[in-house]
Amino acid sequence: MESGPITGPVPTDGVAGETLPRSADLSGVPAKPNPAAASGAIGGAFWRRFVFRRPLVALILQRLGLSVGLLFAVSLMIFGGIEALPGDFATTYLGQSATPQAVENIRKDLGLDRPWSERYLTWLGGAVKGDFGTSWASKNSVSEQIGKRLGNSLFLAFFAALISVPLAVGLGMLAVQFRNRLPDKIINVISLAAISLPEFFIGYLLILFFAVQLGVATFPATVYDSMTLTERLSAIALPVATLVLVVLAHMMRMTRAAILNVMSSAYVETAELKGLGTFRIIARHAAPNAVAPVINVIALNLAYLVVGVVVVEVVFVYPGMGQYMVDAVTVRDMPVVQACGLIFAAFYIFLNMAADILAILANPRLRHPR
Amino acid sequence: MNLRSIPISAWIGIIGIALCLLCAIFAPFIAPFGERDVVGEIWMPAGGDFLLGTDNLGRDLLSRMIYGARTTIFVALVATVISFALGMILSFAAAVTGGFVDQLLSRFNDLMMAVPTLIFALVVLAVLPQHLWILILVMAVLDSTRVFRIGRAVALDIAVMEFVEAARLRGEGSLWIIFREILPNTLSPLLAEFGLRFAFSILFLSTLSFLGLGIQPPAADWGGMVKDNKDGIIFGISAALVPGAAIATLAICVNLVVDWLMKRTSSLKGGRGDA
Repeated sequence: MESGPITGPVPTDGVAGETLPRSADLSGVPAKPNPAAASGAIGGAFWRRFVFRRPLVALILQRLGLSVGLLFAVSLMIFGGIEALPGDFATTYLGQSATPQAVENIRKDLGLDRPWSERYLTWLGGAVKGDFGTSWASKNSVSEQIGKRLGNSLFLAFFAALISVPLAVGLGMLAVQFRNRLPDKIINVISLAAISLPEFFIGYLLILFFAVQLGVATFPATVYDSMTLTERLSAIALPVATLVLVVLAHMMRMTRAAILNVMSSAYVETAELKGLGTFRIIARHAAPNAVAPVINVIALNLAYLVVGVVVVEVVFVYPGMGQYMVDAVTVRDMPVVQACGLIFAAFYIFLNMAADILAILANPRLRHPR
Repeated sequence: MNLRSIPISAWIGIIGIALCLLCAIFAPFIAPFGERDVVGEIWMPAGGDFLLGTDNLGRDLLSRMIYGARTTIFVALVATVISFALGMILSFAAAVTGGFVDQLLSRFNDLMMAVPTLIFALVVLAVLPQHLWILILVMAVLDSTRVFRIGRAVALDIAVMEFVEAARLRGEGSLWIIFREILPNTLSPLLAEFGLRFAFSILFLSTLSFLGLGIQPPAADWGGMVKDNKDGIIFGISAALVPGAAIATLAICVNLVVDWLMKRTSSLKGGRGDA
């Protein structure tokens, strides 16, 4: 969309501002922590030799390490940051009119009377082993609930990705092919509109049209264990369609911007001036350089998809992680909120890391940071 | 810049925004009924006394839409302004000072951005008491991380230019450099970014309200109105879609204007004109 690094954000950033922590990558600004600094921190002669002999493996290991470190920092933030915020769980939990005795009791009950560092370590130790404690509201095991619901959420996100990724890349290329002509303009206007639509609006629109008026889809998209695969698929048809619509426009615009960025570079211009055919330019000069940004775009949007399920699940009353978390937030059930928050953040961080690593694999220039 | 050079799409956007603003400012004069008055049956169809029908409690939908414009735009705008002030001051300070301050702020920003905004907001709102100003502050702080990143990138670009160097050698202080040298030169991209963040704020606020964590009833707000009326969808009552459409329209209008601003900025910079 724009060529200089100054304008930073791709103007598609409308809905999903959050998928763009590294949008600057598209315009060639190295974002994210500087790998050189990180390797300095790790240090050691052995590591330096390893970096020299296996630069690629070392770089990937570094990214992995960074992500794990980031995840720990996030867990600290999710737990410790909350402690630092004003407001006491027990009082907010019981309401303003609670007696001091009741507040004291519930604090002891929930283990809030222990120092927070101790509680954090217990929580983290449990979380690493997959045990997130018990819910305050229902007294059930959080991990058990999450185990059931995470699968449902991933099922939803997987099918949304399966449909949206090829479609977005195809449409993005189509838009580049017909750049500034009618198909491109139509795609541009529609995607701009689609970016601005809130997820719940698309969801209810689809429900009203397909489930209520035409009666071809089921509305509360409930799934349970005894359902067969086809039953499940027909139940999640509308949520998947919503997710696809939400992600598609965004992904397509980013794909288009990434490919255009390559197409407007000097070497493609040179190839054009040399008199090479369009196909040859695309196949030999543009495509190898466009692969990295496109992969990046896909991974970033998959990360967004994982978060996008939250609203869609609430709209369609789908028994997934997002709904679990939103319900827990309304009743201030902190163990559930923290567990869900950590899992969502983990998916987000690791998909972002995958984007990084794939970009490095696809683009040798990124292996030698200046 | 003359008015003729503004493309039609941008005009549509400007007119849409102006209409919403008018509704928001003059809500008590335009709205036929009060914000919280129950005036009819539940979910009456559109037409007659009630242009858009009534909602799940029998309140006039049109009046609530008009008052809702007020809440939604006000909260989103205040949150965006605060997030901009915060993000820009911190990012410019980081870019101008450099060194340790820059590293500290940037790494902390990376950390904040490692958690998706919605998830972060859910975690934080689960703890904090429900007040309007807390909601605004949470939105602003979460959003300022995005402003920080862009602000820093833009400011770093400018901070190495000769005229900044000259100002430094002249002995100007950091504040002068930030406000008199860097800010005027980064205004154009940041203005586009402001529009983008505003559109995002509207959507974000609506999403939070829809999830029941944003603006609390009985105050009218577009996201909350979708939540109030969502049960009607199964009976084929489209009351929930009206506020949803309003959110979408406003966001589209803002995006149209932003699109134009961005194109304008990038064409000022030259390049091959691939918009």
